[in-house]
Formats: sequence, C-alpha cells, structure tokens
Amino acid sequence: MKIIVCPLNGPRPVSEFAYGGEVRRSPDPDACSDAQWSDYVFNRSGSPGVKYEWWCHLASGHWFVVLRDTARDVVIGTFGAEAVRHGLPAPDTAP
Amino acid sequence: MFTRHDELKAGYDVVIIGAGGHGLAAAYYLARDHGIRNVAVLEKGYLGGGNTGRNTTIIRSNYLTPEGVKFYDESVRLWQDLGTDFDLNLFYSTRGHYTLAHTDSAMRTMRWRAEVNKHYGVRSEAIDAASVKRGIPSIDLSCGGHAPILGALFHAPGAIARHDAVAWGYGRGADRRGVEIHQQTEVTGIRLQGGRVVGVDTTRGSVATSKVLCAVAGFTPRILDMVKLRTPIYVHPLQAMVSEPVKPWLDPIIVSGSLHVYVSQTARGELVMGASLDPYELHATRSTLDFVEGLCSHMLDMFPFLSEVKVNRQWAGLADMTPDFAPIMGVTPVEGFYLDAGWGTWGFKATPVCGKTMSHTVATGRNHALIEGFTFDRFARYELTGEKGAASVGH
Repeated sequence: MKIIVCPLNGPRPVSEFAYGGEVRRSPDPDACSDAQWSDYVFNRSGSPGVKYEWWCHLASGHWFVVLRDTARDVVIGTFGAEAVRHGLPAPDTAP
Repeated sequence: MFTRHDELKAGYDVVIIGAGGHGLAAAYYLARDHGIRNVAVLEKGYLGGGNTGRNTTIIRSNYLTPEGVKFYDESVRLWQDLGTDFDLNLFYSTRGHYTLAHTDSAMRTMRWRAEVNKHYGVRSEAIDAASVKRGIPSIDLSCGGHAPILGALFHAPGAIARHDAVAWGYGRGADRRGVEIHQQTEVTGIRLQGGRVVGVDTTRGSVATSKVLCAVAGFTPRILDMVKLRTPIYVHPLQAMVSEPVKPWLDPIIVSGSLHVYVSQTARGELVMGASLDPYELHATRSTLDFVEGLCSHMLDMFPFLSEVKVNRQWAGLADMTPDFAPIMGVTPVEGFYLDAGWGTWGFKATPVCGKTMSHTVATGRNHALIEGFTFDRFARYELTGEKGAASVGH
C-alpha cells in the first residue's frame, strides 16, 4: 500500500486520500480573454513530470499539497495549503 | 507476416506515429482508399503493444450524443466484414450488451440513450429486471443486497473481438500495399518551419514529411509538447484482469456503472474484466492489489458462484482522458499535424472508423464529416460533446 504523509494526520494509506488535480493559478476572469479562460478551464499539463497537486485526506477533510513525480508515482514532499499562498518553490528545486 | 525494413527512407508522404490499431487502420485506409502508399508507421515499442493489446475488446455503439452514436454505429458496420477484408479470423463475436441500472437516475439515462440510439437506427432498448434475469440467468438481481438491479440498456449488436488480430490485420493489409512499419523506432522530435510540419526525428534517424498523424493514446501529451500544442488530455492508468478459463456460462457482455464492472467471456473461457480508472494521474502501467480486490468484490456481488475462480493475470494501459469523454480528432493549429487522441477508455471499438475518417482527413487536409463533433478547437469554443453518460462505468 502506498503511503502519503498528510501534514495534519501523518503517514496514511493512499486509499484514504482523494486526488484534486494540479495546483494552478487562475487568470483574472475580468481581465483575461475568452481564449485565456478556456485554456485555464480545460487545458492541462498532460505530460509526466514533477508536479504540485492538491490532495484531500478524506477522513478529516484536510486539503494539502503534494509534490509528486507522475512518471514514477513517487511522492517527493507534502506541504500545508498555505504554501500555495506563500509561493511554492519551482518543482525541480524542491527537496 | 510483415516486411522488415532495415532503414528509414529520407522522406515519406505521411508519417504515422503509433503502430496500434488506430495508426495501422489509418495507414491501411490511406493505402487502400486514397492511394497514398509512401507512408511510414513509427512505433517505439512493438506492434499493437499499447492500448490495442490492453483493452477489454468490447464493441458497441449505444452512446449518448448524436455525434457519438453516428460515429460508433459506422464503426460497428465497418467491423462486420473486416475479417473477410483481412482474410484473418478476428473472432468477432456478437453477444448482446447489457448496461445494468441500479438506480432510478441510471434507468433514466438508459431510456435517454435508448431513444437517441433508436432515432439513429441503432438497436438499443431499456428493459426491466425480469428481462435482465432472462438474458443472464446466473445473475443475482439483488447484487448481495448492496445495489439491486432495476433494469438495463440492452444493445443487441454489442460484440467482442480478438484485439491483437485487429492490429495484425490492419498492419498486414497496409504492409502488403507498400506502407513501411518501423517498430523499435521512437519519435524524439517533430520539425516545424513557419508553423508547418517538415520532418520527424527518431532514434533511427530523421525523415522529411509534410504530414504527421499522431495516434499514440497515453503518450499523446509528450508528442504534443514537441509541436507546442496544449489540450485538456490527462493520463490515468486503466487496469484490467482475466480469470482462469472456465466452461462457457456467460454469453452476453455485462456492464455495471454503479458497481464499476465490465465483463465478458472469451472464446477460450477466460472472463475478461475491467473497472474504472485509477484515481490519479500516473504515466506507468503498474498493477495494484486495490484494483483486484475492488473488482473481485463487485464481480461477486453479481455472480457469487465465482468465489472459487482464480484471477490469472492483471495489467494496465495509459488512458488519455478528455473532460467530455469524447475524443480529439482531425486537423490542429499546426499545419500538417493531425491528431487522433483522447481515446481514453473507449478507443478499441472505434478502430475501423478512426482509420477511415483520419485517412480521409490526412489525405484531404479537411476534417471528415463524422468527426466534426470531436475537433481540436471545441474547447476554445466552449462546445463540448458530452459523452460521459455513455461511458461504460462511472470513471
């Protein structure tokens, strides 16, 4: 069983978590063009790589950020949600 | 069975990336129907080794949108004489296909699909639980009390086929008409000049071409990076498994959205079973115990007498998913770059019609009428083709 270290609950089996997609910044909906908005709504970075992702610990409803290599399914680190506001380091420079 | 080509030529009229069913079918129809034979099919692994060889081989046309129903119905029609066309036994077997409904809302969707299907001349009907029992006498209608079956969508033309033979048949047909199939040849770059395709770089050298067709399923985003195109495609693994061979007892194909199961029995007696996508992005075809446990428990809800039957093998493929559960096909903003992608969990049944429509699109440079609901630019126009209600299980 794969283990993810939840910042709130510690190491828990992956079956207790839900994946919430890559961490992305929304463009300003009032200022951006229709094309920019549809790019944000629909398009994704589909290639494998080291990505920041939203995950939720279902039992506690706790959302947090996981840095994961989507080619190898290796969790590199987990962060509290506040890290998104404070600015996440570029994926390749993170621990 | 195939001609071996030691070297790539300096150039081709068309380069097809991916020697799976879709790529080989496009090569076959390009050569047979459009007279374009100076074609190379490049495959980084082996022929039919991707999702063509990893799916659960179900063929059906009981979709939800008019675009989908017309498209898949044409595919089912093309399947009928394919074995004769190839002079190869595809083990095409019409079984009938039950999509079980365990809730009132599922019954509503079944009636909706039945009406859309009938409108386009596709044989589908909503049936009640007693009719399900008549068609599948061994099923436990109460599903162990967890999810009683209320009825189903019955689709008489539902069929299965031998997936490897489809790739071999299209491959051999293309090969005999002069198409070159190069296995163990990975595309490493696509050369553009002024927004047009001019060539392809591979691990065995470079070739010049003005037309590239990308038919690589779960590897699509990596190829799209080479031409700097963005799409909504995201990749999750989809797992499947087979049981040991047992005496024939299951004639039809059974799908349950609520229980996340689809199952059929092959000619040699194995039960081929699949479930929903793995729940997060991953570009690896690893297998998990979670999957086997979950799928077996749901199989036993429907067929408790299988408790002593062993699971023989499990495997996974990389599903290139789209947000509306419809594919992305046809021309792209890069001139000469054509896409046959976003086939997620539902691509095998569409192999013939994808070959037909993509060969037409590549030959003429314009989208075939049947794929107009699946165009690359539909997301920018916010005009999606919502096909999720016809996905076999709630992914």
